[in-house]
Amino acid sequence: MPIQVKRLLVVFAVFIGVMLGLKYFLTPESWREFGPYRGKALTEIADQEAKYVQMETCAMCHDSIADLKDQGLHISIQCEICHGPGYRHVEDENIDMVIPENSDFCMTCHAINAARSTSIIKQIDAIEHSEGEDCISCHNPHEPWL
Amino acid sequence: MNKYESLYEALANLDGYIYPNEIALNWDLLIVMYPYITGLVAGAFILASLNRVFAIKALRPTYEISLLTALSFMLVATMPLITHLGQPWRFYEMLVTPHLTSAMAIFGFVYLWYLMVVLLLEIWFDYRYDMVIWSKQKKGFMSFVYKVLTLWVLDTSPQSRRTDEKIGYFITVVGIPSAFLLHGYVGFIFGSIKANPWWSTVMMPVIFLFSAMVSGIALVMFIYMVVTYLRKQKIDMNTVDTISKYLFYILIIDFSLESLDQIHRIYEADESFDILKILVHGKLFFTFFIMQIGVGVIIPLLTMGTMMIKKPREKIRKILYLIISICVLVGIFYMRWNVVIGGQLFSKSFYGFTSYKVDMISGSGFWLSLLWFIIPFFILAFLLWLLPPWKKKESIH
Ligand code: HEC
Ligand code: HEC
Ligand code: HEC
Ligand code: HEC
Repeated sequence: MPIQVKRLLVVFAVFIGVMLGLKYFLTPESWREFGPYRGKALTEIADQEAKYVQMETCAMCHDSIADLKDQGLHISIQCEICHGPGYRHVEDENIDMVIPENSDFCMTCHAINAARSTSIIKQIDAIEHSEGEDCISCHNPHEPWL
Repeated sequence: MNKYESLYEALANLDGYIYPNEIALNWDLLIVMYPYITGLVAGAFILASLNRVFAIKALRPTYEISLLTALSFMLVATMPLITHLGQPWRFYEMLVTPHLTSAMAIFGFVYLWYLMVVLLLEIWFDYRYDMVIWSKQKKGFMSFVYKVLTLWVLDTSPQSRRTDEKIGYFITVVGIPSAFLLHGYVGFIFGSIKANPWWSTVMMPVIFLFSAMVSGIALVMFIYMVVTYLRKQKIDMNTVDTISKYLFYILIIDFSLESLDQIHRIYEADESFDILKILVHGKLFFTFFIMQIGVGVIIPLLTMGTMMIKKPREKIRKILYLIISICVLVGIFYMRWNVVIGGQLFSKSFYGFTSYKVDMISGSGFWLSLLWFIIPFFILAFLLWLLPPWKKKESIH
């Protein structure tokens, strides 16, 4: 066998040896617990912080708004649908929530859409209905009929 | 993905109906760079093997340059992927946990095979003799470096050179299917995603392969001309003419294959066709018709075709070749863009679109992509300094 081939075989043997060593030491411990992935990944994901905290949490501080909303037709809508995820705001109220600014936002739900039944959600034509005014100048977002 | 933490902001970027997990594009510019760079590797290598295996003499001056280009791009080929990971420091886990259930898991080994067994070995056998000579000529540290590179095989007998030659030839022969494998595999990763009608076609590996050859050849042509110019040497016109001839033919094959794929799609007109039509005529219009087909195919084909009928003067030819190679490189980049980004712009409900804009200011994707495209040129400059092809003793082949 030519010398250069011999030398290369040594190098490759070392490389493969190193790879096998790495495989031995670095394979994550829960690998193949359930399948070809880290079994621990499942619990790690489950342990992640939830970004949506639910209405009950908001109601602890914003009880008047929560009460108001419970009286109106927006009762079924979570605060965070309109204000975005609240996990950071709950810990530090100086971190602002999203406040929907224009009427386009209301229209994501109330625009005329043949696929949605009007018995489930009332639909309007924004231009005809509000004549350019903001929705909230007539409707309270938390209690539409106030 | 944190970009759209609130649904309210995200909705502004959508048209029609779209599933929640399709709102933000997960595979961004970096993932466009990955097939692009791998393609350059495979293409440059195939050009080198045209010289060696198919004995096309005119390509001799580009042989080493092609190989070193392939190597320098190969070294960063995985970087766009790694830097795109949410947990980049875990990338090695792919190599220590081999299994057959994920296309990506196998890519690590396809990559290693190609880098270690094909590219490095071919370059090593090609340069071994010269490195021995250089280790004797140079002094001190550099002499030591060359000795390490030869793995202390300091034999310079004609016998040993013939062995180098034979094994090198054998590796190139093995290398051709390996280069096909490398880039065909990248195409396979996309082509095998059956949920995505824009990707899922058996043609994908073949199309990727030919577009890889096109881009790699254009790149080597570009690098050869620039390097020769920087060295203040005369560009061998016979060489560039030959490269451009191959570029021309392979570009035609590539374009025919892609057209075949599209015609098939148009004629078959299955349920995804309507949305793909809107996609191609709408969000992809610029990148598809103008950049990929116009700049990347029509302009190069027309210029090269005219040049075949009537050869312009040398000076003009040089400039045209330079322009053509850049056009082709840009065109293939947009081809990758159209595949990777295009495939994520439409909803798998076939009723809506999301949108994507490269974020230059706050996003890291753009700068990283640029970085991974520029670094290979520095690596190449270094390799050309370390292993200058023009200082090699004429080899036997
Ligand atoms: C720990 C008590 C607390 C909780 C829980 C809480 N908030 Fe607040 N929130 C406040 C305080 C205090 C302010 C006033 C701070 C300010 O004006 O900067 C405020 C302000 C706001 C504002 C107005 C922000 C602005 O820019 O003016 C919105 C909207 C809001 N909260 C929504 C919510 C929602 C939705 C939830 C539930 C996810 C929630 N809050 C939970 C204490 C709380
Ligand atoms: C239908 C969407 C919607 C829902 C649901 C909603 N809000 Fe609002 N909220 C708004 C809009 C729109 C404004 C801005 C009102 C304005 O500018 O006058 C607002 C403003 C606020 C403010 C700012 C202070 C104020 O009154 O001007 C607070 C605090 C607030 N909301 C808390 C809540 C809480 C707590 C809930 C859940 C109990 C909730 N919101 C549910 C749309 C909504
Ligand atoms: C997340 C979807 C959603 C958004 C956003 C939303 N709404 Fe509603 N809205 C509803 C639902 C659900 C109801 C209750 C069903 C119904 O009566 O239409 C409702 C009811 C109403 C009603 C009472 C309709 C009736 O039956 O008399 C009004 C008025 C109204 N919304 C106005 C608004 C305004 C103004 C905004 C913007 C601040 C808004 N909505 C944003 C879902 C939404
Ligand atoms: C000028 C005041 C005004 C503005 C601005 C306004 N509304 Fe109304 N809205 C009303 C009144 C009054 C009614 C009840 C009469 C009716 O049905 O037209 C009503 C009814 C509704 C209803 C129930 C329709 C039904 O079929 O019962 C919805 C939903 C609604 N508005 C949503 C909106 C939205 C969304 C906007 C913003 C684009 C908006 N409104 C802006 C005054 C207003």
